[in-house]
Amino acid sequence: MTPDLTFRAVLKDVLPTVFGYIGVGLAFGIVAHTSHLSLLMVAALSFIVYAGSAQFIITSMLLAGNPLSAIIFSTFLVNSRMILMSTSLARYFRHESLGKNLMLGALVTDETFALAMNKQNHTQGRLSYAWQNAANWVAYLVWGGSTIIGAILGGLIPNPDQFGFDFALTAMFIGLVYLQLISDRHLGMTRQLLVMACVALSYYLMIRVLDANLSLLGATIVGCLFGMEMKRCH
Amino acid sequence: MSLTLTELWVVLGCGAVTLLSRVLPFALLKKFKLPAGVIDFLTFVPIAIMTALCCQNLFVAHPGHWATLNLANCYAAIPATLAGILTKSLLAVVVVGIMAMAVLRYFQIG
Repeated sequence: MTPDLTFRAVLKDVLPTVFGYIGVGLAFGIVAHTSHLSLLMVAALSFIVYAGSAQFIITSMLLAGNPLSAIIFSTFLVNSRMILMSTSLARYFRHESLGKNLMLGALVTDETFALAMNKQNHTQGRLSYAWQNAANWVAYLVWGGSTIIGAILGGLIPNPDQFGFDFALTAMFIGLVYLQLISDRHLGMTRQLLVMACVALSYYLMIRVLDANLSLLGATIVGCLFGMEMKRCH
Repeated sequence: MSLTLTELWVVLGCGAVTLLSRVLPFALLKKFKLPAGVIDFLTFVPIAIMTALCCQNLFVAHPGHWATLNLANCYAAIPATLAGILTKSLLAVVVVGIMAMAVLRYFQIG
């Protein structure tokens, strides 16, 4: 990743995440198709809700006939981590207008957030509206397009997993964690490794009693508190 | 091709709670300054949340029992991580990871 914050740089920076979006987007489209959602519903979910894991959950809850309130509450729980990510990211754009802030906030995802955090390690902690906005829009359009294509292809490809595309997203997060680990000189590698160990252990303990999304949120919060405590003791 | 009334409400309701989770922090931070403690907390959010997202993909939950490893994902993670160490390129990690997973599936490993 280069310190360049221009539009051309964005296309290079987001390319790896695009693979993840296409892989999971196609998978979602296919799942939605087999769950009898119409093409319009797939498009509405992707372009209005725009939240990968939540879309899978909404689809299965609709299929199981869950009440509206339960579906909305689950979506809120799954996406509550966005509050943490948006709060982290918003600090870089305080000088921009409210309108620009709302625009950036509306399209934040796990991937564009993680990408931005990696980017600012290379730009002395700076991010630009142009860079973030372009990254957000590329992600948004690629996601929407992939899910629709997936829904159309649904009947044609019986088993897309055999090509390994479902692993794209996991691989991307592994790559992003590694790059974060080696490039965040402010926190340092040892301290970050300890936070990672704390998060993994917390997640492992929590997943026994909580669902996967609450465990994700819980482990993140425990990891951050642990990191703060470590910093205070030094 | 149409939406049922339930589907319409699901899209609008879920869309609204998701949008608020994303946008409210941006709107509030324009107005208010965060206390130093919160900023300290937030500096650890990226590494913590990315690790947790990895864990979600590497563990298989069994409610009420200890989680087990998702072996296929763990195996594929090894060449993917090596690609990251060797190239420091996110694209390389993703491409090597997908290829590794395709090979594992072909030989039905994991």
